[in-house]
Amino acid sequence: MSQKQYWSGIEDLNNINTPREVVENEFKEELPFELSDSLFGATTPRRDFLKFLGFSTLAATLVASCEMPVRKAIPYAIKPEDIVPGVPNYYASTFADGGDYCAIVIKTRDGRPIKIEGNEMSSVTRGGTSARVQASVLNLYDKARIRHPYADGKEATFAAIDGMIKEGLAAKPGYLVTSTVLSPSTKEVIAQFLAKYPNVKHVTYDAYSYSGMLLANEACYGKRTLPTYHFDKAQTIVSLGADFLGTWISPIEFSKGYSKGRKISAKNKNLSRHYQVEATHTITGGAADHRATCKPSEMGKVAVALYNAVVNGAAPSLPSKALNELVNKAAADLKKGNGLVVGSSNDVNIQTVINAINDKIGANGVTVNWTVTSNCKQGIDKGIVDMVAAMEAGQVGSVYMHGVNPVYDYFDNKKFAAALAKVPVSVSFADRMDETAQKCKFVLPDHNFLENWGDAEPKPNYISLQQPGIAPLFKTRAFQDSLLTWTGATQTWADFWKEYWMKKTGSQDAFDKALQDGIIEPAGEMANGGAAFAGKTDEAINNIQNKKPHAGVELVVYQKIGIGTGGAWSNNPWLLEMPDPITRATWDNYLCVSPKRAKELNAELTGFSEVESKKVVVTVKAENGYSVNLPVVVVPGMHNDVVAVAVGFGRDKQVGRAAASDDTKGGKNAFPFMVFNGVTTEHHSDVTIAKTDLKYDIAITQTHNSYEARPVVHEYTLAEFTKDPDALLKERGAEISEFTALPWIEEGKEGKIDSNKEEGYRENGTLYPNYPYEGVKWGMSIDLNSCTGCGACVVGCMAENNVSVVGKDHVLKNHEMHWIRIDRYFSGMADDPDTIQTVFQPMLCQHCDNAPCENVCPVSATNHSSEGLNQMAYNRCIGTKYCANNCPYKVRHFNWMDWNGADCFDDNLYEDGRRDDINDDLTRMVLNPDVTVRSRGVMEKCSFCVQRLQEAKLVAKKEGHPLKDGGAKTACQQACPTDAIVFGNVKDTNSSIYKIRRQEQAERTFYVLEHIHTLPSINYLSKIRNTDEINAMDENKNEFLKYHI
Amino acid sequence: MPGSIKPLNRICCSSIFAFVTLLLLCNFSALAAPDGKALFMSNCASCHNPLKDATGPALQNIDKTFPDKEWGYKWIHNSAALISAGDPTAVAVFNKFNKTAMTAFPSLSNEDIDAILKYVDEYKAPEAAKPAAAATGNEHAESNSWVYTIITLALVLLVIILWRANAGLKRVANEKQGIPTEKEIPLYRSKLVIAITAIVIFIMAGYWLVNGAINEGRQQNYQPLQPIFYSHKVHAGINQVNCLYCHAGAEKSRQAMIPSSNVCMNCHKQIDQYTGAADHKLITAEGKEVNGNEQIQLLYKYAGWDPTSKMYKRDAVGNILATPIQWVKIHNLPDHVYFNHSQHVKVGQVQCQTCHGPVQEMDEVYQFSALSMGWCINCHRQTQVQFESNNYYSIFQKYHDEIKSGQRTGVTEADMGGTECQKCHY
Repeated sequence: MSQKQYWSGIEDLNNINTPREVVENEFKEELPFELSDSLFGATTPRRDFLKFLGFSTLAATLVASCEMPVRKAIPYAIKPEDIVPGVPNYYASTFADGGDYCAIVIKTRDGRPIKIEGNEMSSVTRGGTSARVQASVLNLYDKARIRHPYADGKEATFAAIDGMIKEGLAAKPGYLVTSTVLSPSTKEVIAQFLAKYPNVKHVTYDAYSYSGMLLANEACYGKRTLPTYHFDKAQTIVSLGADFLGTWISPIEFSKGYSKGRKISAKNKNLSRHYQVEATHTITGGAADHRATCKPSEMGKVAVALYNAVVNGAAPSLPSKALNELVNKAAADLKKGNGLVVGSSNDVNIQTVINAINDKIGANGVTVNWTVTSNCKQGIDKGIVDMVAAMEAGQVGSVYMHGVNPVYDYFDNKKFAAALAKVPVSVSFADRMDETAQKCKFVLPDHNFLENWGDAEPKPNYISLQQPGIAPLFKTRAFQDSLLTWTGATQTWADFWKEYWMKKTGSQDAFDKALQDGIIEPAGEMANGGAAFAGKTDEAINNIQNKKPHAGVELVVYQKIGIGTGGAWSNNPWLLEMPDPITRATWDNYLCVSPKRAKELNAELTGFSEVESKKVVVTVKAENGYSVNLPVVVVPGMHNDVVAVAVGFGRDKQVGRAAASDDTKGGKNAFPFMVFNGVTTEHHSDVTIAKTDLKYDIAITQTHNSYEARPVVHEYTLAEFTKDPDALLKERGAEISEFTALPWIEEGKEGKIDSNKEEGYRENGTLYPNYPYEGVKWGMSIDLNSCTGCGACVVGCMAENNVSVVGKDHVLKNHEMHWIRIDRYFSGMADDPDTIQTVFQPMLCQHCDNAPCENVCPVSATNHSSEGLNQMAYNRCIGTKYCANNCPYKVRHFNWMDWNGADCFDDNLYEDGRRDDINDDLTRMVLNPDVTVRSRGVMEKCSFCVQRLQEAKLVAKKEGHPLKDGGAKTACQQACPTDAIVFGNVKDTNSSIYKIRRQEQAERTFYVLEHIHTLPSINYLSKIRNTDEINAMDENKNEFLKYHI
Repeated sequence: MPGSIKPLNRICCSSIFAFVTLLLLCNFSALAAPDGKALFMSNCASCHNPLKDATGPALQNIDKTFPDKEWGYKWIHNSAALISAGDPTAVAVFNKFNKTAMTAFPSLSNEDIDAILKYVDEYKAPEAAKPAAAATGNEHAESNSWVYTIITLALVLLVIILWRANAGLKRVANEKQGIPTEKEIPLYRSKLVIAITAIVIFIMAGYWLVNGAINEGRQQNYQPLQPIFYSHKVHAGINQVNCLYCHAGAEKSRQAMIPSSNVCMNCHKQIDQYTGAADHKLITAEGKEVNGNEQIQLLYKYAGWDPTSKMYKRDAVGNILATPIQWVKIHNLPDHVYFNHSQHVKVGQVQCQTCHGPVQEMDEVYQFSALSMGWCINCHRQTQVQFESNNYYSIFQKYHDEIKSGQRTGVTEADMGGTECQKCHY
């Protein structure tokens, strides 16, 4: 095991000089000592010194002589009964963005939503969240939201616009364009609207569409819908390009299910096996046990080969050996039962073949549920294509667009814009002046989802109600209210909605309960059933085989896990600063290329090492003529003939300050790279790449913190783990057994680690006294097998702890403030994408019981609590940064600037033109009032959400019982969709954290850098991969290395 | 003869210095004695009145009822121990006051207790009719230090005069004898004097600077003008309204909560006159008399209440036309301090008066405590948590064992980690 090398980036492999310097210099830039140079080099240093002394004395005097301001304490005039100032209220609600769905609980403080949690009562998302769900509360306070309706670009009233629209409605045929509508009551409103105006057609348009699947399912099963996939019941999972843990259909639901099959212990060694074939590198590929790459145009052939291998055992003849091996193994496993094949392709033929495979392996009714289906995606590409044709022909009198932005995200967006200009009445319900709203005659801003009533039905009869957490902030109106008004209804949307659900629930009590729970679901376990397959498999296979292969480079248009297809997310600073799980890049989009391809594009090593922030820019030109300049980011594990660009960037400046793009910032729009093939939109196209002399900065965070090749992750194959579950305990023993007893005691100093030895090591491995903890000692366990790297914890932590956004310029200088980061390590050979295996390791303050940071603080600003917390007193910190230097985990972050205006000096606020809206009075409403906003010059780091721990203890004290397990949850734990993080009191022998460490997962438990006797409070559980071997880096075989060393 | 002058000078200087130091020391020891009033207010006032029986007995001359002095110390340090030991006096007192256990004060030293008892014994009821006279009376009682200072200054002056006279006489004598007089160095140019002055100024400036810096932002005794002359004395003192009736958040929330005007109106719909003016005149800190009825009318204005029709004024939709009252916040903690009222009031069973002082006696509320970190920490060190009665603490086995074995009498907040940074700063 110890032979295996993990690397965080190419530069790590090569060990060239640049990264050495970077690693050894704790702080990336020179310390700002230019001042002292002039001071001591000057001709009259004494005078300068006196000048500075005089200035600082004067400044200090001025500050000290300031009068205390008179502060007001203003109570409510009439206090609402259910609000107690200082006590949060929670409201069950629903997050639905297009087809993305999550049952949530809104935390409000004094009437302001400040945090979103998952609703554990939902049997669809089961309390999980995603980065976007966590960040959605920031969209509510987005400064770019428009504050009143517009007519012809000028402020207008709703009443005036209503009049003008009603005139135009009846005249010519119209179109109502929405993204996937999950809400049954909204569908009812739409139905009434369409009934009143029969010449208006409803078109559902999803920017990143699943038409191929919907149409294939219609052909195969007679239902134009998606099935429910039970990843928890699957023993073998084959994904043909589907990033089901990140962005595909319903990632939160799938992550929850998938992680159930990935929980393994020495007692229960059952582990699902996951095969992934993909063109790019996704987090789903990172989690996979077996992974191989192919070009997107070859995906159909892989599906056919898998079909043939499953049906008649035919040997595949695919372009690479790895693919053939993978298909053979996968087919063999699938035949064992409990298999599941999913694919992301938007090609009807490929989806038909995938359906056929699922049918042949008996997945229907087991892992693929056709009884309870999924409504999450409903858009059919043909619909909007036909609409654009009609608009171009001048046949359309009016178009109403809700939740869509085709001028930005339609594959031929220029054509759409031109066609839209020919429509006399165009209406957008956008919350901001996005690309489409700008081209519309009327803009009637819709409420934010936190301001509006609503509901969602992600699966038939699985309903989730949406109640607002705050009254509308601006002069906005619910989209449904607009439709109701135009239909001529006298009811408001809120009344309509209530009546709708009163009728369905039957009584006020049932309605109240549904509203309180947030969900209405059938009792018991979800029904499951198959369906009769009637797909024309042979025809689909023929179509696939007849497609002529492409020889050149193919470009994949993908969604980033944070930004999705754009929308308001493009302007969300939390999401923009969240590092992409694979590339670890922030604030931009770029061209992902394999290391080999990168070498061809520019042989100069620093051009594609992660250390050098200046990236080579290339021109990418698609067959349809669309061409952009993009910087190159090297992603090991990408197919060598594939490049990838994320959507959601290249936005107009009115979308928001953070989203605005030009040549120097904000990336490029990738939607025009998509191609319409006559039936569906394909998310890839053929491109040519040309070199340029330009360079562009990309802020990548992975190499900001280095362990200098010390082993920090432990990974085993399932076979190794089954053979010897104690292997890790032995490894740990080899490292620390010697120190488990005092030097003069010779017995018991070898062999594997057990709890006694751990205690011995704690006591005898140091000269410091051992502190006995009484009552409460907090601890956390992180399961590397469950962690998918999705980033929900990172954003959840930012929301809970008021973590600052620093902006791209400072991310480039290593100044990002994230209290929790997800380190990504590769193993395998950089030049062979099929060997790349990926491990994600969430890294946060380890709350060491023998903390190196505490010893070096000259003012004891960081010290240890009696509950095992490594506490940070901001107001005591004088900013020496010794602690960050001495922290072996590199989890401390220094406030180099006044990010939030928390300083007492005016005009000290840092501004970079992009992230600044985060400090607007409106946006600041999102701050958690229980957590200090840190000012410039102090160190900060994870506090284990101490405000939540204090709250949990207070609740227990008030109720007069000892702390309950699960009473205190950290924000990262709560956000995690895979339950990878467990937190609790390790002194409580009934707590899950105690049981994990001592009983259930003792064999997999390890501590990072245990041998340096930091005694972390966080343990990790080793990664167990259900594969034949963990790919090591073989220096002799690695051409790539040879080339460079 | 210069030789003879120098020793004289030296003797003079050193004796003056010694004398002044002695006097200063006398003054300091007077200042360093425990302040009985402050101790009484912060520890005893919530349950005891010097003159009247309250939750506990009236304290004036209570020490005369003690069997002996030691008994008194024991009782105050831990009355429960005395009672359980079966001490007859202790049991009698305990029974007399409805078996209400007195909080143990192990932290009070014997000197502190003496100071408190001295204070209550000397306590005289303030004469409400003549507040000014009472104040002067108080000043007389505390003017010892002034006398010392005046005597000191007079003696210093005397020493200087004598010294100058001595020098003058000597010069005259020398002249007469024909001994040439060395030119006298004026005092302000004497190196010794300059050095001493410099050192003294340096020390005093440092002391002033450090103290000033530490007190920066603190507002003890801050007593701002409020938009309504709301007298806590009338409400909480004379009319015995429970603190928690208005400040309901104190038991539930971080904030104690200032009541919204509709809470005031619960009572003031009926009470539209201040009828207590005969017994208790409302007088501001500046000595101006306030008309209570006008203040109630002011409240009506804020609350949107029409006193003639006895109805709320409402807008078209039916919302009450109330405007929030912009009170001036008295107790201000810095932003980086987390303080939770319910933690103290509900869990810790701390009396409001412990921190806010005798609010029931304040017409205009002022900040009673320093609200400094030292003040907080001190209380955390001294205050015992509800260790036995709250089941939350059952998991702290070690302390339970120690109490059982008699190694400790109680568990203070500091024992529970109450002096650690992240109990209040996060």
